[in-house]
Amino acid sequence: MTRTISFTLNGEQVAAEIKPHHNLVEVLQREFNLMGARESCGQGMCGCCTVLVNGAAVSGCLYLAAFVDGAEVRTVESLADARTQALSPVQEAFIEAGAFQCGYCTPGFLLMATQLLEAYPDPDEEQIRHYLSGNLCRCAAYPEIIAAVKLAARRRKANSVG
Amino acid sequence: MATSSGQVGTPKDAKVGGAKVGSQIGRSLPRLEGRDKVTGRAEYTHTMRLPGMLYAKIFRSTVAHGRIKSIDTSAAKRVPGVYRIITAEDIRTVIPAPYYGPAFHDQPILAVDKVHFVGEPVAVALAADPHVAEEAAQLIVAEYEELPAVFDEVEAAANNTLVHEELKPAGTFADLKHLKGRKGTNVALDFKLRRGDVDKAFAAAAHVFEHTFHTQKVLHLALEPFASIADWNERGVTIYSGSQGPSFVRTEIARLLGWPENRVRIKVPYLGGGFGAKLYIKMEALATALSMIVRRPVKVALTMEEQFYTITRHPSTFVIKTGVDASGRITARKCEVYWNGGAYADVGPRVTQKSGFTASGPYDIDNVWVDSYALYTNLPPAGALRGFGIPQLVWAYESHTDMIARALKLDPLEFRRKNLLREGRPQATGQIVRDAKLDAVLERVAERLNWGKPLARGNGALRRGRGIAVAIKAVISPTTSVANLTIAADGSTTLYCGTVDMGQGSDTAMAQIAGEVLDVPAESVRIVPRDTDVTPYDMGTLGSRSLFHMGHAVRLAAEEAREKIKAMAREVGEPEGSNIPLPDLFKKKFGMQAGNIVGTGTYKPDYVPPDPATGLTDKVTPFWMCAASGAEVEVDTETGHVRITRLITAVDCGRPVNPKIVETQISGAVLMQLGFTMFEKMHIDAGQVTNASLADYKIPAILDVPQAMENETVDSHLSTGPFGAKGVGETATFCVSPAIANAIEDACGVRLTALPLTPEAVFRALRAQANKPLADDA
Ligand code: FES
Ligand code: FES
Repeated sequence: MTRTISFTLNGEQVAAEIKPHHNLVEVLQREFNLMGARESCGQGMCGCCTVLVNGAAVSGCLYLAAFVDGAEVRTVESLADARTQALSPVQEAFIEAGAFQCGYCTPGFLLMATQLLEAYPDPDEEQIRHYLSGNLCRCAAYPEIIAAVKLAARRRKANSVG
Repeated sequence: MATSSGQVGTPKDAKVGGAKVGSQIGRSLPRLEGRDKVTGRAEYTHTMRLPGMLYAKIFRSTVAHGRIKSIDTSAAKRVPGVYRIITAEDIRTVIPAPYYGPAFHDQPILAVDKVHFVGEPVAVALAADPHVAEEAAQLIVAEYEELPAVFDEVEAAANNTLVHEELKPAGTFADLKHLKGRKGTNVALDFKLRRGDVDKAFAAAAHVFEHTFHTQKVLHLALEPFASIADWNERGVTIYSGSQGPSFVRTEIARLLGWPENRVRIKVPYLGGGFGAKLYIKMEALATALSMIVRRPVKVALTMEEQFYTITRHPSTFVIKTGVDASGRITARKCEVYWNGGAYADVGPRVTQKSGFTASGPYDIDNVWVDSYALYTNLPPAGALRGFGIPQLVWAYESHTDMIARALKLDPLEFRRKNLLREGRPQATGQIVRDAKLDAVLERVAERLNWGKPLARGNGALRRGRGIAVAIKAVISPTTSVANLTIAADGSTTLYCGTVDMGQGSDTAMAQIAGEVLDVPAESVRIVPRDTDVTPYDMGTLGSRSLFHMGHAVRLAAEEAREKIKAMAREVGEPEGSNIPLPDLFKKKFGMQAGNIVGTGTYKPDYVPPDPATGLTDKVTPFWMCAASGAEVEVDTETGHVRITRLITAVDCGRPVNPKIVETQISGAVLMQLGFTMFEKMHIDAGQVTNASLADYKIPAILDVPQAMENETVDSHLSTGPFGAKGVGETATFCVSPAIANAIEDACGVRLTALPLTPEAVFRALRAQANKPLADDA
């Protein structure tokens, strides 16, 4: 029993054939070759599968693809500038601060950090820890992730002033 | 000259005399693969697909030990879309002896006749749609005749209940040969070390202490679960696998197939974490067998839950006894260590032996006795997890050392200082200790802890204390690494090495080493992705061995290339000391942009196997890893809750090749071990893991990072290391657990001898101390 859903994916209008039990991660991977959101725990515990649906972070491993019909979906692949391929300040800060090791969790942290800075452009350490507490990193790059978010906040501020 | 981080040097920079870019060693260069990882482009096996691929879903044993009476696949076969159901019988049609393992050939690709632990793979459902495969796997039914099972390592040592009828050593290791065909035992290896005469020393000692310590079963829990894809045909097999040791996989798959190695190709995409789990054979043999049967590519990708049934860290029981003379010197130490290896040996016998070398700790002790036993039990197998057994040993010996100091009313730091193994002294194995900064790591942590200065002890229910621990590890030896390096006619450098960058930053470090020798920016060096068709042999990315062994191989390869460049310059008539750019040199030699320079390097350190009777050898390790940790804690004596207010770690990693990456390795290792110390535990009931999910098995999250975590590397230079460097992936795990337990005793007077240090454990101990034990403890 398949059906067709259509939605906006990283700014582009798209459609996909799905079955009711397909989750968002597998549809993004299989139909659109977007591998940044990836499954790990499959239970909503780790955040490796984080995707933004209508601006809200969801666990793509649990989120049924059928629910994005008509929605606006954004993945980590949308963070870099589509035309110039320039990295976003958060992506750059993650590289510079060494905020990942294996990188498996990184797309989830990047999306959450980006959202955090949109909501709180100048977060303190407590806010950062709290906001990112639902994402797990087994390599435990947490201190560097915190440093990266702070660095990105400074950069964004400098950019908006300059 | 562009050498600052982020800027990519061009091959034009390369000159015969070097481009004089300054030292590549000691640069905090951001990881070379960073862009791939922040854009979501990095490819991991778990998300890979091949055209025509089938998905395999595993049906697993529900009993801990039993004879398989029947496997009913009829309902599974009826699921629409299912391609095929596979059992061991099918596997044997393509691989007649389907057993693998690095130390013992004991693990079947799918259970043959018997199952040995709950969760063991018994059958597989294949389908083009993974959901169909999963549904079918759930409909497979097996009947077992249950057999007695053994779960505890000490009970297993009594050999009353046997896990395997007969032992099957792999033949790779000379010191296991005598176990071939042995029956009636669960002991997969017993390592002995005998130095001096412990009995005599105990009799003469002023004080003798004996304690027993336990560690729990935990697991690596890489966020990318195990995954392999095999694509087999008559000419060869290509396996895509998240493997830390592609060379071993190639050798072992070739053996299983009866093929020469050159028909087996292992390609390694990015790894979403490894930590020792993704070593040796994991899903590769199953994927290969399935692909042989169905003649299509087959992917075996596990779920998080299934990782709990694949490979874990050894639980251990350590009985440790120490004699101390009237002056506070340790005169004798006897160590009896029982390693719970689970149902298949994996690399457990290596863990048992290699960690056994340093079971008596970083102390200068004349009389040492070590018995270290690798035991089979009916639990999921155990292997190496970021420390090759050392964290379990340090947990015991550094808790014990603290208990002795307290009992003798000696300052725990002073007591350690007095007994510490010093430069130039023989370690328990007999090897003279060189370039091991044990004193420096201990002193730096003590200084940061303000040891000797009073500590605010807290008030009311909140009690504060501090603890310290120090440790040593002998790196796994002997092991071999090979590297190849090519220079193209435009002067650009490509490096081929089998070290797997699973997040530890080895690609960046290896590029820095090659860049240092050739005097080109590390960013300009291309590292070829791991592919056994092109990357040469490497023993494996494990045990913090790579930076030293592969680092040397890369250095040698680059040096050879450098010499060949100079020779080419002479050949074309360049004057001595010429600094002609490489593209011009190649043009001069070949008349156009053509040709290559190829350098190769092989490194294997000296090793003398320990004497089988005494475990003694004067060449046991090419270098020593040293660490110390200190903790300050606050214990809520009403709830047992422990807050870690400061966690300090100092390591000796020789000269850091990339200080920033070293820093992240230290903090990552500390935090991982913090999880194993404070809360991680696989709960097991009659062999069944009852918390096999991230919902029920908690790992450290960002809120678990201590507010004050301080890490440092001490000033050190390994005289035999590549540019002075040692490995560092594991070092910072060693001392975290005992430092915290020692701090807890310092705070509130209770001593915990089993991990993890949960609020419940602390609370029970507090109640027992107050002579009001909880009812079930009474
Ligand atoms: S995979 Fe979705 S939250 Fe872990
Ligand atoms: S970088 Fe490996 S899990 Fe986060």
